[in-house]
Formats: sequence, C-alpha cells, structure tokens
Amino acid sequence: MTTTDQTQTNEDLYAGTSETSEGRVFTVTGQDWDEISSSLADGQEERVVVNMGPQHPSTHGVLRLILELEGETVTEARCGIGYLHTGIEKNMEFRTWTQGVTFCTRMDYLSPFYNEMTYVLGTERLLDIEGDVPEKAQVMRVLLMELNRISSHLVAIATGGMEIGALTVMTIGFRERELVLDLFELITGLRMNHAFIRPGGVAQDLPVGALDEIRDFIALMKKRLPEYAALCNANPIFKRRLEGVGHLDLEGCLALGLTGPVLRSTGYPWDLRKTQPYCGYEDYEFDVQTWDTSDAYGRFRVRLGEMWESLRIVEQAADRLAGLEGAPVMVADKKIGWPSQLSIGSDGQGNSLDHIKHIMGESMEALIHHFKLVTEGFRVPPGQAYVPIESPRGELGAHVVSDGGTRPFRAHFRDPSFSNLQATSVMSEGGMVADVIVAIASIDPVMGGVDR
Amino acid sequence: MTDEKSTQGQESGLPATTGEQSSVGVRHGMFGVKGSGDTSGYGGMVTPTVYPAATERPYGGWFDEVADSLERATGGAGVSQAIGSVVVHRGEITFHVAREHLLTVARVLRDDPALRFEFCSGVSGVHYPDDLGRELHVVLHLTSMTWNRRVRVETSCPDSDPHVPSTVSVYPANDWHERETWDMFGIQFDGHPSLTRILMPDDWPGHPQRKDYPLGGIPVEYKGGTVPPPDQRRSYN
Repeated sequence: MTTTDQTQTNEDLYAGTSETSEGRVFTVTGQDWDEISSSLADGQEERVVVNMGPQHPSTHGVLRLILELEGETVTEARCGIGYLHTGIEKNMEFRTWTQGVTFCTRMDYLSPFYNEMTYVLGTERLLDIEGDVPEKAQVMRVLLMELNRISSHLVAIATGGMEIGALTVMTIGFRERELVLDLFELITGLRMNHAFIRPGGVAQDLPVGALDEIRDFIALMKKRLPEYAALCNANPIFKRRLEGVGHLDLEGCLALGLTGPVLRSTGYPWDLRKTQPYCGYEDYEFDVQTWDTSDAYGRFRVRLGEMWESLRIVEQAADRLAGLEGAPVMVADKKIGWPSQLSIGSDGQGNSLDHIKHIMGESMEALIHHFKLVTEGFRVPPGQAYVPIESPRGELGAHVVSDGGTRPFRAHFRDPSFSNLQATSVMSEGGMVADVIVAIASIDPVMGGVDR
Repeated sequence: MTDEKSTQGQESGLPATTGEQSSVGVRHGMFGVKGSGDTSGYGGMVTPTVYPAATERPYGGWFDEVADSLERATGGAGVSQAIGSVVVHRGEITFHVAREHLLTVARVLRDDPALRFEFCSGVSGVHYPDDLGRELHVVLHLTSMTWNRRVRVETSCPDSDPHVPSTVSVYPANDWHERETWDMFGIQFDGHPSLTRILMPDDWPGHPQRKDYPLGGIPVEYKGGTVPPPDQRRSYN
C-alpha cells in the first residue's frame, strides 16, 4: 500500500512501513488496518494504491490485483498474473500425443475434462478419425463434461458466495460438488487430473453400477438444486451485492473476447454446444441459458440455470449409455487405440488379465505392438487444428500443431479464464472496492487455466 | 447465428491442392540414435516434414464466399496480393497473410458485412526453426458469430526481425494474448499499448516456447551415468 504521508515509527514486526521514492509503503497482513487509517486520517492524500494478492482469500487463487483507490472508489484496476505458470504447453512438446492429456488436464483444475476434450478433438481432427470415434465414447465424454460443468459451476457459486460472506452457499456448494467428484472417482478412478479422455475414445469402460450411482445423483440433485435458488435468487442482501455490479454489455464482451456465462448474461445465446456442436451435442435436448442484465447477478442466474440443463443432458446420456452396454469405447484402429482395456483385477491392480495373458503367453506380435504404441505412440499427420468447446467458463480451444511426429509440435490453449480476466479493469473501475471481488467472482477465473 | 453450416461440413469432395509442397524441416531416423550405435538401419531414414500444401479453388462450401469477399474488400482497400496463400485442411481454412497486410486484413474481416468476424479467440505463436526466413508464425483464430463461421489467419516473421503489427486496435481481446506471445516467443507486436511479459517474471531472460530455448534440466546422475534434459534425451522422432 503506497501513500504520501508523514513518517511515523512502527514497532510491528510483520506490518512495517517504509519510505520509498513512490511514497510511503505499508505492509499489512490483515487485522491491522486501524493503524493505517489512523495514520492516513490527518493526511491530505486520498489516493492509495492497494496491492491485493497474489495470496488473498478473495482473489480466486493466486491472482494479484493492483487497485488505485480514491477513498473507497476504484479509479484503476490492473491484474498481475503468471504466478501459477508451469509451462504445461512446453512440457507437452516432449511427451507423446496420448501423454499430453495427462498434462493439459491439470491446467484448469475445476474443469479437467474440458481441457482434455478440446486437445483430444484437435488431435482426432489431425488424425482424421473424427467420424470413427465410437458412439459410447462420445456419450461418456458428454456425460463426464456435463457432470464437470455442474461441479465447476458449484465451485463458482460457492466461492463467489463465500467472498461476499454467504458462507452457507459455500458449504452447500462444496457438499454437492463432492457428490460429483465421487462419481468421477467411480468412473475414472480420480477426483481430478483424470487423463481419461484419450485420442480415439476414453480410457476405459463405465464400471459396473456406475449408471445406478448417476441416477441416484440426478435424483438427489433435483432436490438440492432448488436450495440455491431458495437461498439466493430473491435474497435481498445477495441481490444488492450482485445486481448492477461488474456490468459489461455485449459489445464489451465481443471486443474483449469474453465468452461463457458472462457473454450469455448479456442476453446473447452463444453456446458452442448449440452453434457448433461437437461430440454429438446436437442429439441432446437442452436450452441455452441467458439473462438480460449483463451483471454479476445475471451470471449467477445463468450458471444456476446451466446446472439444470447439464442435469438434463446427464440424464439423457445415462439413458443412452444403458443401451450401449458392452459397446467399444476406443477407436477400432489398432494403430491409434490404446492396446489394453484396463480393469481392476482381484489384486486391485488396473491390468486386464485377459490382455496380459494374450501379450505374455500367446502373441509376441501383440506384445511388440503394445510396447511400441505405449512407448513410441502414434504419428499424427502434419497440420494444425483448432476445435473449441464450450467449457463452464466459455470458449476453450487447443491450437494443436503436428510436424508428423509422435509428439505435439506445439499445443496452445486458448483458456477462457485468461481472456475473460482482461475485463477486470472495465468491470471494476469506477465502482466500490468491495465490488471488485464480486466482479471477479462473476468472471470465475481459474488461475491454473489462466497461467497454464 | 442463423447459418447452420459448421466448419465440419467440408468432408465430402476435398478441394484440389496446388501440389506445391511447403516443406519445413527434415526428420532423421526413428529412435534418435546417431552414429555407429544404430544397428537397426532405421537411423538412415530421412523424412521431410511437409505441411498441407496451398489449396486451389474451389475451396468448397462457404470458404469460397469468405475468400471472395476478402479478396474484393482488400482489393478495394488498395492492398493487392494481401492474401498470400490459402490452405484448406481437415475442414479448416487458413489464410496466410504477409505481416504488412495483417492489420488491413483483420480490419476487413471484422468490418465487412459479408465477413463479420467480430470475435477473435486470441493469438497463438509457433516457432518453426527450419522454416527459413519465416521462423516465427503468429496464428489468429477468428469467429463470425453472425455467420457462424471460423477462419484462421496466419502470418510470419523471420527470427532476425521478429516484428508483427499488433492487432489490439482491431481486436482489443488480443491485448493479453499478444503479451503472452511476446513473452513466450519474443515476437514484438508493433503498436501494442504495453508489450510486457505476462506469464514469466519481468526480469526473465529468453522466451521459453522457442524451440531453441535451452531447457536446462538438471542431469540426474546414477552410477556414473546421467539423464540429460528432455530435449537432449534419446527419443522417438
């Protein structure tokens, strides 16, 4: 925190002040604001620059905000990002196309399936096998993605609620999210970082009993989702904190590249699942949710509505899966499809005993094929592809470039959080400092995706 | 919005290519083994990396409409030959544009009523160290929400003169994307309001996504042997 003020000695070990050429700098860690306000009270300077974050409970992860304040009004707001940059795109250039999935799933940690999906769709387009992916794999992808949309929106609503003090919204949000993560664990084996969607299909078939669990979940969610509406929709405190905050109209959204709930809160029904369908979304019945207020409240309502729509899609996908028992989940081309279908054996390990028997006891060629495909991978014809999908936060796309080798030549992810976060300044400047938090929560940035 | 034609609708009747190959680089061998250690014979294999060649008209579907409109509009703007080559591959269309025409083309693509690519998904860079004279590529993915179409615009610049005009004045959304591309590839976007690093620390030396960027992994020593950084390891290629 910087201000020009007269000097004053300070004994606090953790919250000191120092003089710089830019003015007086206070270091605060919370609970010690009285001292600053008292030392500023007699000064003439109203303008302060607050450095908020990167470690701050209300900034949605390691996001650094640099706010220039006049009293409580924000005159300038800037973002500092990059604190979570891990070089995932560079790492993917040194792994096979299949292994790339295990890297990109870690980017936007609230929507791992979407990261995998857009990368895999690009890879499949370059391989020219888009039409060969089996139906069951596509339905499972849709099922997982829509469950993921529910869990991601739950976190958006939960953390957004927490940041304005609505702690019950947070606790019930995470309570329901846990149910979704249980389903993920049942189907993929992991709560996050699944690496389940692979070029050519998905890693393994639906486990026994998964459909029943999904149906139980749908039934439970139909009871639980109305709780959010009952708690928030007409809650006067909630509405007064959200309404008119973080306003951004359609022109602003298009100019700044915003997509997802922020764009749909302006009333424009742009949803890639409808406009440019992939994975067979054209076969599902659902409505695009919009709102017409272009503010944080509208985005909340869009997310709430989208969870209902996702539940509808999950229901339809579960019905379709019931009729697809035993169908293949990986492309038939043995040069691309992962050689073994994993299953949990009596020893608790993930090897399919039939497959082990085949490669170890019956066919030397099968063993060589397995070894080559797993260690070397497959070659992808040279070219580039970009297949964007509708992630919970907007247009997520992977620009994948192949040079004909077994590894991506370049994989660049257009993460919606990265683009959407650019609107922080325009959404919060001129408003109150407390509304900055609401504006950012309504964008719902996930820093793992922003920084990659 | 009302146009239901999607980018996937190009599968039937692939357009003809000009046959001119754009080779960028050569791959040797299969296992990364060089010299006398290779007894398989695969080490002698030479495979050129050939990207999809430029496509001849007709491109098929709405691609021709977009190309016509673009040619007409850029011709009117006093820029002849703005569109270098057009590549149609896997149902996606790429316009290769010389960097000096990038801004004009971007403006026409956004503003022309027959084009209306009002949304830019961002900027991606690619470093082709063997594509001599045009090592650094800048790739823009544009969406027309009016017509429900997608195109890719690609431009390039040499390593020795890494300058490309900034498109922020046309697509403000590219602000952070161009900063990221500068950060990762060292491409300077002339006219960008504040081209600073965005993901790497401000004082970071080098541009990590370039192919010649040293990975500097720590060699792991085990019984006298070392495992080198990933880009120097023996690997399939």
